[in-house]
Amino acid sequence: MSSTSTSVPLLSTPDLSHTWKRATDEPDWVRRSLITIALVFLGLFLVLPLAVVLYSAFEQGLGVWYAAITEPDAAASIRLTLLVVVFVVPINVIFGVAVAWAITKFEFPGKPLLLAIIDMPFAISPVVVGLIFVILFGSQGWLGNWLSAHDMRIIFAVPGIIIVIAFGTLPFVARELIPLMQQQGKQEEEASLTLGASGWKTFWYVTLPNIKWGLIYGVILCNARAMGEFGAVAIVSGRIRGETNTMPLHIEVLYNEYMFTAAFAVSSILTGLALVTIAIKSTVEWFESRHNAE
Amino acid sequence: MIHAASRQRNVIPGFTLTMGFSLLYLTLLFLIPVGGLLLYTSLMSWEEFWRAVSHPQVVASYKLSFTASLIAASINLVFGLLVAWVLVRYQFPFKRIVDALIDLPFALPTAVAGIALVTLYASTGWVGQYLNLFGIRIAYTQLGVVLALTYIGLPFVVRTVQPVLEDFEAELEEASSALGASRLTTLCRVIFPTLLPALLTGFALAFARALGEYGSVVFISGNLPYKTEITPLLIVAKAEQYDYNGAAAIGTVMLLAAFVMLLIINFLQWWSSRRFSH
Amino acid sequence: MSIRIHQINKRFKDFVAVDNVTLELPEGELTALLGPSGSGKTTLLRIIAGLEQPDSGRIEFYGEDATHQHVSDRGVGFVFQHYALFKHMTVYENVAYGLTVKPRRFRPSKDEIRKKVMRLLELVQLDWTAHRYPSQLSGGQRQRIALARALAVEPKVLLLDEPFGALDAKVRAELRRWLRRLHDEIHVTSVFVTHDQEEALEVSDRVVVMNQGRVEQEGTPEEVYDHPANPFVYQFLGNVNRFHTHIESGHARIGNLSIPAPELTDVDQKSGLTYIRPHDFEVLAEKSAENAIHAVIETVLVVGPTVRLELRTDSADELIHVELPKHRFRELGLLQGDDAWLKPLNSRIFLASA
Repeated sequence: MSSTSTSVPLLSTPDLSHTWKRATDEPDWVRRSLITIALVFLGLFLVLPLAVVLYSAFEQGLGVWYAAITEPDAAASIRLTLLVVVFVVPINVIFGVAVAWAITKFEFPGKPLLLAIIDMPFAISPVVVGLIFVILFGSQGWLGNWLSAHDMRIIFAVPGIIIVIAFGTLPFVARELIPLMQQQGKQEEEASLTLGASGWKTFWYVTLPNIKWGLIYGVILCNARAMGEFGAVAIVSGRIRGETNTMPLHIEVLYNEYMFTAAFAVSSILTGLALVTIAIKSTVEWFESRHNAE
Repeated sequence: MIHAASRQRNVIPGFTLTMGFSLLYLTLLFLIPVGGLLLYTSLMSWEEFWRAVSHPQVVASYKLSFTASLIAASINLVFGLLVAWVLVRYQFPFKRIVDALIDLPFALPTAVAGIALVTLYASTGWVGQYLNLFGIRIAYTQLGVVLALTYIGLPFVVRTVQPVLEDFEAELEEASSALGASRLTTLCRVIFPTLLPALLTGFALAFARALGEYGSVVFISGNLPYKTEITPLLIVAKAEQYDYNGAAAIGTVMLLAAFVMLLIINFLQWWSSRRFSH
Repeated sequence: MSIRIHQINKRFKDFVAVDNVTLELPEGELTALLGPSGSGKTTLLRIIAGLEQPDSGRIEFYGEDATHQHVSDRGVGFVFQHYALFKHMTVYENVAYGLTVKPRRFRPSKDEIRKKVMRLLELVQLDWTAHRYPSQLSGGQRQRIALARALAVEPKVLLLDEPFGALDAKVRAELRRWLRRLHDEIHVTSVFVTHDQEEALEVSDRVVVMNQGRVEQEGTPEEVYDHPANPFVYQFLGNVNRFHTHIESGHARIGNLSIPAPELTDVDQKSGLTYIRPHDFEVLAEKSAENAIHAVIETVLVVGPTVRLELRTDSADELIHVELPKHRFRELGLLQGDDAWLKPLNSRIFLASA
């Protein structure tokens, strides 16, 4: 029909697009209502909280926002949070890459158990995580006397904060890399080895470029979660202003003191980070789907 | 000559190094501390432990945490399926942005989510003021707890159901349709059973996450003993009062609950991979 | 002898993949490891490469023990079934990889590398793809690049794991001939794994037939095809009709047909199996020969230039498959349902295993 359609008057080729329905399609009204319900739900739960944070942060102008985040205690909380991230992210990246390498390139007994253990910190309440370390290192805890005798502080100090955040963000890089590396198999690594490359060179030139995007997302997610960790830090930090308050704790303090604009100003930084995180995730997935389509 | 190598060797190097580091790190950061908590609790007398975990205030918090998590996960089950369906099957403007936003509760710090939700749903907030007209109060009530837990559990069902729906073969639906089934019958008898393991996994993940959640809830719940006090909050309160025994006892209960949930989730994942691997 | 494989064994848990294999691969020749899936041919190839470690046994390269040598020191070129090209590198970078990862002392200069890579790309007739990525090439092109990459390090032996397995039939046939010509040009000792008997017979200098981890037969393609050592090889190399046979005093009897079996003169009153290939029958329209079986044509299938017949004999339950050229079938003037007589031209008799 299509080959002759130019010579036939338009009227004689009925447009089927309105009457003909695919077997897998719902009626129009069903489709529209479902989309509407979904968007209203997501609007209420995702867009409004986002909007209220950004609106409240910038409500009184950029000057107030800037003053709020550069105020000494706020600046100290930002510095502390960045310091924590500098320790936590690299070690969890090393762990994530190492454990993903061991799990995906080798066969060994107990692999499912190891996978389950990696997932565990994710299932444990952050509050329990904090409690565990208070019991171990707190002044009333098991090692408390020994620590104070040696003039070391872990709880209500920076080391405790680093430890609980490392615990809480332990799985993120590994969870991104394991499925990715599993799917890629080990053939390219084997090819590299047959060509005479050493193990390090194989990792550096072959494996790393292949997992680059997954690793970047893992790092960003680990970073965002590290900066935003709250429950565990709330227990071990002691909330010493300008000293052991991370950004989320500082937000809590400001909020409880009814300094809402300042609380939202600090929140807006973390919110921006969260938006960057999900943007990167979406970009990585887009790259991967394009890659797989080839 | 090599005789029956003691271990299956692999030409890819680095097993000892990567496995060694991984196990060392996991042991120091995870296994010893968690074991420490369990040991600490096991050194308490049974009476002391039981008194701590069965105090009426604590029991009230279990009830709230459990019920609110269950309701929140159920809401996410229904709306998560709906959202996943809409995202996979239909086209609409800004779909990619909407899809990306699903992960927001996962990436946004819980404290930020907490103050945002309470600001929105307080009786003077953007949404709260209208609900107030109908006499519905969310902030500082148990509804607020459910709301916060729904928020943080939102990505789980969507993200577990979405890939299954994407891989779902249109041929199955077409076959069902060609055999004379209506759209609704196809949905109930062909699509839904396929999604069931993913739905349950997502539900279990959202529920497990909700049980332990702290940051987003404390701002909106008001923390009234016996009314809006969740279990994690009690642990924080006890730890702050240096009641380590009480905190450890309740923490152990929560830890065990988390292990059970993890077992259930692993079982569900194993079940779904067994059922749908070709 | 360039490569010597001595009593190699390999098992994966309860599965015996390679069962005490001893082989010698002559220098400069192209050897095919032929066998069904699960016959251990790929495992053997990976053991030669050093990608798997044998449980016991010994591998020698040019007289030197290579059993414990790591894959990256062994100097083998390995071509993977699914190419295993580095996705994130251009074709040029892929081929140059083996040279660029050499320790600085042994690494050729940038200029030398460039010359060598371009020469190899010309050899595989893909010099125009140098700056493309593997994803922009067809399967056949990718496999040629994988080959160029393996050759870049001047391997002592080139190992190819089902090199054409992932390609469609036409590209496969072309590439096969191309590989043969390439090998005639460069003469590197090569081993390739295949489950396709036609491929093995067409391309290789020597064929090693494997089954269940063991070597069933080795020899030139002609030897192996014309003189299969055992029923497995006979059946694996092409279609075959199998007849239960009674052997008495140097003759094999199939129904009323008697085939002389000079190699079995000292065997009497035993049962055995006779194998006859579909094209080893002469089809007659009338009973014009003494030793011919009567059969009725059940199916006639014209496949391009050949005709495939399925015939039912008076006694046998099984159908006999026969192939003959189309023009010959036309001359006979036979139709479906007609009577025909089959005269075996070539057969092979094996005693039933005790």
